[in-house]
Amino acid sequence: MGKSNRAILISIFFGLIGLIFVIRLFVLQVIDPTYKYLADSNTHRKITEFPSRGLIFDRNGKLLVSNQAVYDVMIIPREVKAFDTLDFCNALNITRTELDGLFQELRQNIRNRKASTFKPSVFFKQLSAEQYGIFQEKLYKFSGFHVQRRTLRKYEFHHAAHVLGYVGEVNDAMLQRDSYYALGDYTGISGIENTYENYLRGAKGARYVLVDVHGREKGLLRGGRIDTSAISGKDLTLTLDIDLQAYGEFLMQNKIGSIVAIEPATGEILAMISSPGYDPALLVGRERSKNFPVLSNDPLFPLLNRAIMSGYPPGSTFKTVMALIGMQEGVLKESTRYGCQMGYHARGLSVGCHAHSSPLDLVPSISNSCNAYYCNVFRTVLDNPAVGTPQKGLDKWKEYLLNFGFGSRLGSDFFNESRGFIPGSSYYDRIYGGRRWGSLTVISLSIGQGELLTTPIQMANMTAAIANKGRFYTPHVLKSVKNDTIPMRFRTIHQTGIDSVHFVPVIDGMEQAVWGDYGSTARIARIPDVRICGKTGTAQNPHGKDHSIFVAFAPKDNPKIAIAVYVENGGFGATYAAPIASLMVEKYLKQEIHTSRKWLETRMVEANLINENK
Amino acid sequence: MRTNKPISSSLDWVTVTLYLIMIVFGWLNLYAANTSPDATDFFDTGKEYFKQLIWIIVALLSVGVILLTDSKFFVEFAYIFYGISILLLLAVLIFGVPINGAKAWFQIGTTRFQPVEIAKVASTLAIARVMSRFEFSIYNLSDIAKLGLIWFIPVAIIILQNDTGSALVFVAFFILFFREGMSPFVILFGFIAIIVFILTLIIPNYTIHMVLAASFFVFLFLKGLRRESLISAVVALSIFGISALVFKSRGADINYDLALSFGMAGASMYLIFRALIKRLSIVWIFLMMFWGSVVFAYSTDYFYEKVLNDYQRSRIMVLLGLKDDPLGAGYNVNQSKIAIGSGGFSGKGFLQGTQTKFNFVPEQSTDFIFCTVGEEWGFLGTTSVITLFVFLLIRLIKLAERQHSDFSRIYGYGVIGIFFFHFAINIGMTIGLAPVIGIPLPFFSYGGSSLWGFSILLFIFLKLDTNRNELIR
Repeated sequence: MGKSNRAILISIFFGLIGLIFVIRLFVLQVIDPTYKYLADSNTHRKITEFPSRGLIFDRNGKLLVSNQAVYDVMIIPREVKAFDTLDFCNALNITRTELDGLFQELRQNIRNRKASTFKPSVFFKQLSAEQYGIFQEKLYKFSGFHVQRRTLRKYEFHHAAHVLGYVGEVNDAMLQRDSYYALGDYTGISGIENTYENYLRGAKGARYVLVDVHGREKGLLRGGRIDTSAISGKDLTLTLDIDLQAYGEFLMQNKIGSIVAIEPATGEILAMISSPGYDPALLVGRERSKNFPVLSNDPLFPLLNRAIMSGYPPGSTFKTVMALIGMQEGVLKESTRYGCQMGYHARGLSVGCHAHSSPLDLVPSISNSCNAYYCNVFRTVLDNPAVGTPQKGLDKWKEYLLNFGFGSRLGSDFFNESRGFIPGSSYYDRIYGGRRWGSLTVISLSIGQGELLTTPIQMANMTAAIANKGRFYTPHVLKSVKNDTIPMRFRTIHQTGIDSVHFVPVIDGMEQAVWGDYGSTARIARIPDVRICGKTGTAQNPHGKDHSIFVAFAPKDNPKIAIAVYVENGGFGATYAAPIASLMVEKYLKQEIHTSRKWLETRMVEANLINENK
Repeated sequence: MRTNKPISSSLDWVTVTLYLIMIVFGWLNLYAANTSPDATDFFDTGKEYFKQLIWIIVALLSVGVILLTDSKFFVEFAYIFYGISILLLLAVLIFGVPINGAKAWFQIGTTRFQPVEIAKVASTLAIARVMSRFEFSIYNLSDIAKLGLIWFIPVAIIILQNDTGSALVFVAFFILFFREGMSPFVILFGFIAIIVFILTLIIPNYTIHMVLAASFFVFLFLKGLRRESLISAVVALSIFGISALVFKSRGADINYDLALSFGMAGASMYLIFRALIKRLSIVWIFLMMFWGSVVFAYSTDYFYEKVLNDYQRSRIMVLLGLKDDPLGAGYNVNQSKIAIGSGGFSGKGFLQGTQTKFNFVPEQSTDFIFCTVGEEWGFLGTTSVITLFVFLLIRLIKLAERQHSDFSRIYGYGVIGIFFFHFAINIGMTIGLAPVIGIPLPFFSYGGSSLWGFSILLFIFLKLDTNRNELIR
């Protein structure tokens, strides 16, 4: 083969390739109509199929949260042609000015590259099914618009808003973090909607449809073979008893505070009330943008979940744990007696107490809530010669409290739990500048005052641990997930490090607090036929009237419910918290309130501590 | 070497005209692909068509400089250019910014530059220089080694940049090697290798292995070595059977590849023994061919699994029709075919395309600019572009053949090869005839450095052509 022949050969080869291309293009562009058909009169459109969010049930299988369909009007700006704006406004039931506003917003989004001129973006959100019907009929007149189905939450009960949380649009940070989301998608923002987003959200599907120039669907692209269907979210069953929850919210009306009720054997939260609350339906869809600012600007903070976020001093309810620590440390026995002369007086310092017989041993010290007794117990713990210094003693004491779940997040279902606060020696070293403090300096800790901060859920957990004689499961509201398991941390038992024998006198003391005769602080909590054990508390409040506290569990043997109630500015524990707690326990165990206690229920419901405070 | 005449009298105006038509038409398409009704501001400096306009001016200025440069300069400085371009390729490995997974761009401000464009020009010059040496022979082993090294170094670095598409462009030099006397069998072997490569992807390795083994015995038999072929086949089969049983007895899955290799190794040993005794030279050749094919089959498998990227693998699979994935790897091609097909015979008209502006076709203004041509100008437009390219290529062959100087001719064929490769692969992929390798269509695709690179590549040749009657040394 000569070299110039090769030049000819190469030229022929090039020509041949060119010819092949031309033939192929002739087929593509002139002969074969499929591609022409696919593009010319039709374009395909990806329609995201939004999965329905997982349903939420209560512990008895009652449906709490379901879904409702709404329809977003989508726009592809490039395809929009001149249309009858009046007709459009009527179809959507909006004014001309609102329409101009929507277009202005769209233009801004296009300028900021949040929306594209050739891809669909949401133009008008959340048409109801009824409105959708009207709009759909006229849709053919509005080229460039189409409708996408979405689901919103629907609440069957108007309770438990703090537990359930709410669903809202994803923000930029979430879009960055998780590629699942697209602009305008919904996600759980708070409560279990947030925590269990991955269970609830399911998986989006996609449908590819051919649409004509008017935006009408003309069939499936490739016969639907490439479509993926949406996978519904997993249904959740909560540990809440919605009737108990509703009753708690009913009792707490016009009061600020919180109730947490736990099933001691499992750590399951039966009710979690934060008052004032709100109707979860207020934060759905279009309503949310209207209601959210109102709720978040309310001076009483209805959006705040006090049950997990508010730290209060535990007050006298803490004496139960103090007694347990003393016994475990070996500095306190059931028979130990301390005198009380209207309080504890030492080196010019005194902690007041109320009138009761003196001296007392352990069981009546709890039922009578003697301050002096626990000042003594606390000092023996801190000044225990076996431990060494009060600093070491305090840290030892703190360690026990940490084991009870105080001072750190319990790890329940909520990401925004507060830690509360348990001071240790390093804290006081900082305050007092080194070791210039002793057991007497921090004596107010002994009666649950001072720097101590505990959340209602921590208090309920403490009560459950006492009811269980030293063990507890992390309190949680997730009972089960359909076709899945609940997190391991809810199935792990925790030990408080206190021997179960030590609980006997404490529980007896709590029983006597309710059922004892003379000097018992919580006799108002008596429930016919239910051996309820409880302990009152009053948290000093520098800003106003003291907070009323009560912790209780019932029945004494094989307890079914442990409860903590906080009523802000409610005064003594026995005034509001104890009656409310006992009514809750009665409601849960007996389903209804005994006629002899109806007056109490009425008094609690009618009590208005919010306006009184103003 | 005297050039008293003005350069305009010896410049090939046909090519220059073709070049200018392509630049203008290319830019119009870029404008169409890039503009949308809601952005009416022409002087939007952020727009691709505006940036491209600036690059066109830069390219034309460079062309002017090249035409004023003495042709001897390109010969003299060929190796220096080559060295600089290699340094640039290495530098981009360190200082480059990764885009779409390839670290092949320098970025200064908002301007990006791809040094591979310089490398193409410089490598062509260096190859022309080495091959135009008086004593060079394409059959001389040390010459081939030298040539191979010049060819291979940039390829290796570009592969390291993860820019496989650009590396494949260097295959284009085989057109030049062929013109300069390389055996056509090399190209034939290349084709066979591609076919075996595809076969290894479609059918399991051991099947190929078995087919090779079977044909090996059949050929031996046909060559008259009946006794040897039968005995060795029996040896191979029994070892294969025993190995399979051993695998089975140890509870493992039967590794057919390994068992077959054992069998064929046994048969080969017997045959070697026979060949040594009876001096059967044909057996050696057969054995070499057989084991060579086996090794090739397994190494392509390795190449496919280990060297290629995920997206390259899936694009090959889609091209071969082994995988139907209209929204994954096949998405580009599917959308691009829809866009081109929608153009019909005469197109939708300038700026009237919808498919290409819909952003249905990804990488619209770079690798898939041909879609815009197809959609807006129809079959008439696409045919014109193809005619333009084929005409340009054949014109360049004509120019190359009329060179008095070897250097100019060889360089010319390098240019021809590169243009052809880009043309064939780019248009081929948009109409579903070639795998989707992200390389631009010369003068049409958006991208300053490619436009600039193609312009100087072409105009160095046109400059050399002005001295076609002289011997440039």
